[in-house]
Amino acid sequence: MTQLQVTDSANLGNTAETNTGGDWRKYFGFSTDHKVIGIQYLVTTFVFYLIGGALAAAVRTELATPDSDFVSRELYNSFFTIHATIMIFLWIVPAGTGGFGNYLIPLMIGAKDMAFPKLNAVAFWMIPPGGILLLSSFFVGAAGSGWTSYPPLSLINGQAGEFIWILSVLLLGTSSILGAVNFLVTLLKMRLPGMGLHQMPLFCWAMLSVSALVLVSTPVLAGALILLSFDLVAGTAFFNPTGGGDPVVYQHMFWFYSHPAVYIMILPMFGMISDILPVHARKPIFGYRAIAYSSLAISFLGLIVWAHHMFTSGTPAWLRMFFMIATMVIAIPTGIKVFSWLATIWGGKLDLNSAMLFGMGFVSMFVIGGLSGIMLASVPVDIHVHDTYFVVAHLHYVLFGGSVFGLYAGLYHWFPKMTGRMVNETWGRIHFALTLIGFNLCFLPMHKLGLEGMPRRVAEYDPKFAGLNLMATVGAYILAVSTIPFVINAVWSWMYGPKASANPWKALTLEWMTSSPPPVENFHEEPILWTGPYDYGIDFEEEGEEKSVEELLAEVKVDVG
Amino acid sequence: MKIPSNITTLIAGIVLTLVSLWYGQNHNLLPEAVSEEAPLVDGLFNMMMTVATGLFLIVQCVLIYSLFKFRKRPNDPTDGPPIHGNVPLEILWTAIPAVIILIVGIYSFEVYNSMGGLDPMAAHGTMAHHSKMSGAAIAATLTDETDSPTTNNQLALGVGASPEEQGQNPDLNINVTGLQFAWIFNYPDSGVTAGELHVPVGREVKLNISANDVIHAFWVPQFRLKQDAIPGRETQLRFTPKIPGTYPVICAELCGSYHGAMKTQVIVETPEEFDTWMQSQIAANQENLNQAVAVNPANMSNSEFLTPYAQEMGINSDTLQQLHIH
Ligand SMILES: [Cu+2]
Ligand SMILES: [Cu+2]
Repeated sequence: MTQLQVTDSANLGNTAETNTGGDWRKYFGFSTDHKVIGIQYLVTTFVFYLIGGALAAAVRTELATPDSDFVSRELYNSFFTIHATIMIFLWIVPAGTGGFGNYLIPLMIGAKDMAFPKLNAVAFWMIPPGGILLLSSFFVGAAGSGWTSYPPLSLINGQAGEFIWILSVLLLGTSSILGAVNFLVTLLKMRLPGMGLHQMPLFCWAMLSVSALVLVSTPVLAGALILLSFDLVAGTAFFNPTGGGDPVVYQHMFWFYSHPAVYIMILPMFGMISDILPVHARKPIFGYRAIAYSSLAISFLGLIVWAHHMFTSGTPAWLRMFFMIATMVIAIPTGIKVFSWLATIWGGKLDLNSAMLFGMGFVSMFVIGGLSGIMLASVPVDIHVHDTYFVVAHLHYVLFGGSVFGLYAGLYHWFPKMTGRMVNETWGRIHFALTLIGFNLCFLPMHKLGLEGMPRRVAEYDPKFAGLNLMATVGAYILAVSTIPFVINAVWSWMYGPKASANPWKALTLEWMTSSPPPVENFHEEPILWTGPYDYGIDFEEEGEEKSVEELLAEVKVDVG
Repeated sequence: MKIPSNITTLIAGIVLTLVSLWYGQNHNLLPEAVSEEAPLVDGLFNMMMTVATGLFLIVQCVLIYSLFKFRKRPNDPTDGPPIHGNVPLEILWTAIPAVIILIVGIYSFEVYNSMGGLDPMAAHGTMAHHSKMSGAAIAATLTDETDSPTTNNQLALGVGASPEEQGQNPDLNINVTGLQFAWIFNYPDSGVTAGELHVPVGREVKLNISANDVIHAFWVPQFRLKQDAIPGRETQLRFTPKIPGTYPVICAELCGSYHGAMKTQVIVETPEEFDTWMQSQIAANQENLNQAVAVNPANMSNSEFLTPYAQEMGINSDTLQQLHIH
């Protein structure tokens, strides 16, 4: 009998399994239950992910041939602009922070709910209007200046669409700020007695870092966009050179948020991976403190590297050198994480289920994006590859190979907890294989395209690039198909899947110490912190066998008290 | 934690190093390098490619090896060993990336300096850019520009003169203007304006880059050089073409619907060919001047040059009228 089986029943009490299924209508209303809100975030953002994916498929269809022959050039520009906006502001950011953050944080720290449940619900309910607003802009000609929306182009290129784009991003940014306040207060104030910061699961450390980053950087984006909207509708000239404004100032303000945004999009997944790998490798996380502190380090460094997006813009040489070095330094905490994950897997007993496959796939794919990131940090190389398909490849290895693989790993891992049902592992593995193949087929060739001379955001290109582009388009279609088994599997399993026990993975973090799904108040009895989050491999075979649960509990209560 | 025997590790390490070294030189990912500066960038890229290949192989090999070696056996309910960390190992994998980025950082700095990125007074010669293209002004410009204080920027925005050439004037000044959706090249010394960039091989060229409407970016992949053309600002690129040929000039910054079509070419040719071309352009330009007496020659020649492009791209004549080159 292992330690986990004991803990498993310790916090459950007698009322386990009374709260399965439940009323589905609560997911469509204004609920203040963080678990309902978390699932609302995940389902809503996944729908937007499918819409953003459809836009990506349209972009790749246009690029299947060298000529601009699928949609008009204006519509093409709107497609990639809205694709990026949806994927960032309506999928990865809200799914990683709003979705998993909301669902997991109170459970992981043994709290009954978030610190501000109403605010939490308000933050979620800003997402659907923001998204619908953004999509509705297609009726008036959606924004087509790229998700970066650089003036002066954004000031002269379809003003109605651009204005709606600004409003929508402001709404989504506000939602993100409200969420961050909530996470920060919850994590710092509502931890179970006896849980110090260093007993928190690593996902909580990641969310701590992310929330700080959101609070510091998002207001600057809001400022930039508000000034841009003045230039757009009120004729001011903050960024408009014809009135004496400076478009480069906008770039600084924009990237002051949007570089940290990359870490807002990847740090939650770093946290999830740090929690998923130990469970399925049956080994403690390797270097807990190093991983925890590296999240903080990344969060801080993320704030002082923004101008690496502007190496070919109006930046003087000393600035380029400073931001080059600062950016390269991020490789150190990131490297610590990657090596720690490898060491966690090494020598473990890997259960290769869907969650673990996506977790290992995350490490494998993210590393490629990280390595190309170091190349991009180097100014002389960046001058050559900036704004080319090399950057498109890099960012998708980070945000798809990293973030989306991480989100899938999280969805498979916590699906039993959220729904009380098990997913079909065979279909999960098929989903993983298709995603891995489609993803690499789509994005690996783009490295070469960019280095050879294909700029990004173009509707047409030199015919000599036709072969690799066709390959990428085929990969994109495989990627599109790969979501079908996932959607069917998830919906079917949620309704008819085999019932999940409280702790199907025999994990040690607190969210598994209650029924699946947890009751409204999260725990049937006051939860007890009786093990570290990653204390795998301690076998209770000898002494534990004869003792009853009550006896063990008594011991623990003495320890904790 | 089971670590394979020392000899296996050693052999794996040697193979990994050799593969990385080989791939770093033979990745075949970059186009031809035709300027004097381009091979410097390639050397840096190759070095980073070598390191990246090594790190890539380590990570992927560990993952794939673990996938087979450490998969859970059926009916084994036990956990893996309770290893929580290993301080020397953690220091090692903090130190190795630190050393790598130190080397990459210094190397990048060196390359950037050799390319001319750190030329502090790179704004030399902006006068030439502002001068009108009348014949009389040329002589004045040439004498003035050596020591004239620069108008607005003291620091190089772009890539300036390489350390050996700092303080010297380039052999050839060319004003580059980006506009939706074309590039215009103006040779202030001769007043010639063209839609293609002609440069003589082996001569140091300086491009003074600006934009009329929105941000564009001037990029020649074979030169490994790119610089945004920003309205209201001036940027520059200085380079020495080395191998004659015709290479693409690409706009790399999204500038509107026809961004993907905003292309022309740079023709690197021998000085003799370049002179011949220049003479023919001057002659053609003279004809234009004669035809349009009262019109600003700069605007005139641009419009004439642009008309065929404009029709192709759906720009009407009003837009063309608004064009203005400073
Ligand atoms: Cu960045
Ligand atoms: Cu362009």
